[in-house]
Amino acid sequence: MSGTFMGMPAFPEAAREAVDNPTLRGNLRHATHTIRAKRAKAVAEVSDWAELREAGKRIKDHTLRHLDHYLVQLEEAVTAAGGIVHWAADADEANAIVTRLVQETGESEVVKVKSMATQEIGLNEALEAAGIRAYETDLAELIVQLGKDRPSHILVPAIHRNRGEIRDIFEKEMGEWGRPAPEGLTDTPAELAEAARLHLREKFLRAKVGVSGANFMVAETGTLVVVESEGNGRMCLTLPETLISVVGIEKIVPTWRDLEVFLQTLPRSSTAERMNPYTSMWTGTTDSRAADGPRVFHLVLLDNGRTDTLADEVGRQALRCIRCSACLNVCPVYERAGGHAYGSVYPGPIGAILSPQLRGTASEIDASLPYASSLCGACYEVCPVAIDIPEVLVHLRERVVQGGPAVREGNKVVLRPAKGHAAERAAMRAARWAFSHPGALRAGQRLASRTRRAHPRHLPGPGKAWTGSRDLPPLPAEPFRDWWQRTHGGKDGVQ
Amino acid sequence: MSGPEVSSRERILGRVRRALADVPGDGAPPAGPAYEQEVERGYLRRHGDLDAAGTVELLAENLADYRALVHRCSEAELPSLIGRLLAARGARTVVVPPGLDPDWLSGTGAERVEDTATDSPERLDAVDSVVTACAVAIAETGTIVLDGGPDQGRRRITLVPDHHVCVVRVPEQVVSSVPEALERLDPVRPSTWISGPSATSDIELDRVEGVHGPRTLEVVLVSA
Repeated sequence: MSGTFMGMPAFPEAAREAVDNPTLRGNLRHATHTIRAKRAKAVAEVSDWAELREAGKRIKDHTLRHLDHYLVQLEEAVTAAGGIVHWAADADEANAIVTRLVQETGESEVVKVKSMATQEIGLNEALEAAGIRAYETDLAELIVQLGKDRPSHILVPAIHRNRGEIRDIFEKEMGEWGRPAPEGLTDTPAELAEAARLHLREKFLRAKVGVSGANFMVAETGTLVVVESEGNGRMCLTLPETLISVVGIEKIVPTWRDLEVFLQTLPRSSTAERMNPYTSMWTGTTDSRAADGPRVFHLVLLDNGRTDTLADEVGRQALRCIRCSACLNVCPVYERAGGHAYGSVYPGPIGAILSPQLRGTASEIDASLPYASSLCGACYEVCPVAIDIPEVLVHLRERVVQGGPAVREGNKVVLRPAKGHAAERAAMRAARWAFSHPGALRAGQRLASRTRRAHPRHLPGPGKAWTGSRDLPPLPAEPFRDWWQRTHGGKDGVQ
Repeated sequence: MSGPEVSSRERILGRVRRALADVPGDGAPPAGPAYEQEVERGYLRRHGDLDAAGTVELLAENLADYRALVHRCSEAELPSLIGRLLAARGARTVVVPPGLDPDWLSGTGAERVEDTATDSPERLDAVDSVVTACAVAIAETGTIVLDGGPDQGRRRITLVPDHHVCVVRVPEQVVSSVPEALERLDPVRPSTWISGPSATSDIELDRVEGVHGPRTLEVVLVSA
């Protein structure tokens, strides 16, 4: 996935920095609490939320179960409508395809709609390496790009920044990229949005190539759907002559009618609105007489770990995700740790189950992500496609600790147990042995009871981390079984 | 881009098929009624059972809730209302789709700009306002949908100018819900769903109206 996140430390280390930063914690707390309350209100407005959620889950499950069929159907429909379909097995291949397509237009800059898929593959960096400049046009993405920063939220990538910080970034950096920020820019959101409007307008008007993702692709019609708020999406989708959309293969829905479910659940879950300001739908290209929108349309279908995820019977439900980010906003861990600690463009609960599946659990950060949760289940409750995130987290913890069969890049592999869980495994093995040897268990318990006054409050060595946030439970003066035998289960009235 | 033997297309499709080896049945999914049964659409076609007038009322409320400016008039009053809206805005030029009823602009002094396929975006950027009809409007969400029909024009004309006046014929163009709207639309036509003026919540999740799309959206509900 994206090079930006290479070499990330494990989640607990990465989170420590965030937890110690009071500004960041304040920004996150304010933002997540605001959106949380709004979402609850927007969802409560519709009486059939549970049924919409169930239908969304079923549509996505059905699609995944027949994904090969729908991919071929989609390809046929897009091609018939004048689009050109490309297939990319991984990030490198997708980047190479897009780079080549841009080069073929002769252009050296592109305007981009906010897209998780292109962030995931590190497209901007790949284009930069080929001498092509990619301009992010979503306001939050612009803040991240100008600030040479990393996104920290799926919907609001600059959620970790407050208005004052954003003003400073605009004032300092806009001139480097194009039209500078207006004189005397204040930190009111309206003025900051106006500065972005002025800065980006010239880029939209001259752009010849647009790059986007998509929220949905309809297999039966070949229609792509982009849901947005600011109008930057519409600009990128309609003004350039060439449009390149990079979309994960799991974004398919079978029928036009299926959109009626997600166009109700996505906006309410995401921005907590009845409907987002703008939704664009297009099917291939329009004929030259109408000339509405790009004359050339490329669709790049991206795997990059999705088929590996699909091979996991428990984990595949993560592919139902419609990237609404409701799970981030309700997560107590995300609220405190922030998005960067997750070491991926997919932060929060969904990131904790998506990244270790898309990328595998080989790296330190990916092996630690399934533990970046208290398993409270709030994420599952708000998920509009009912992904049981806690279930997948526990499943992935098991994979990390025990290893076992998995699929990587299409090949069956047997994963070795991850490092760093040796103490846990040793403790479990010892417990298993002790419970199957009653004599030894009894002797051990008696010894432990007799020496209880000498026990430390914190464990040394590999147990240190465990007692870092917990006290060791105090041991009773005698083992339960001894007490039972001595007192006949308390009947003798002896304590 | 493709490997020496297997294309990425075949590789991905092969991976999908192997990944689904645990799933019973062959590849062909149920279609039509069998598909509908499998996904079980237990949700409502529409929320509530307002009559036509009530639905129009709800549309007006929800449009206003997302900061669209809502006006109501009869067909006879439409030209003068559009004239007043453009004048109040100080619009000197107005772009119109090719199939717009010419009467609608009979009450304005603003110069009509025809949209042609060869126009540059810069030319459009210099225009003050745009007047269009719509394909359908959704009451529950306060949404107007444009589908590029002759009286709506290319998608860009309702995007680049800063002031959009959109005329909705009520009650016939108004539906209650998203499912009812999709039923009326043709997937082949590029469509734009508009719910209020462009907005952003990217700064501290505080909603600000007016970013790249028209910062002022005026919706005229016109009844016969």
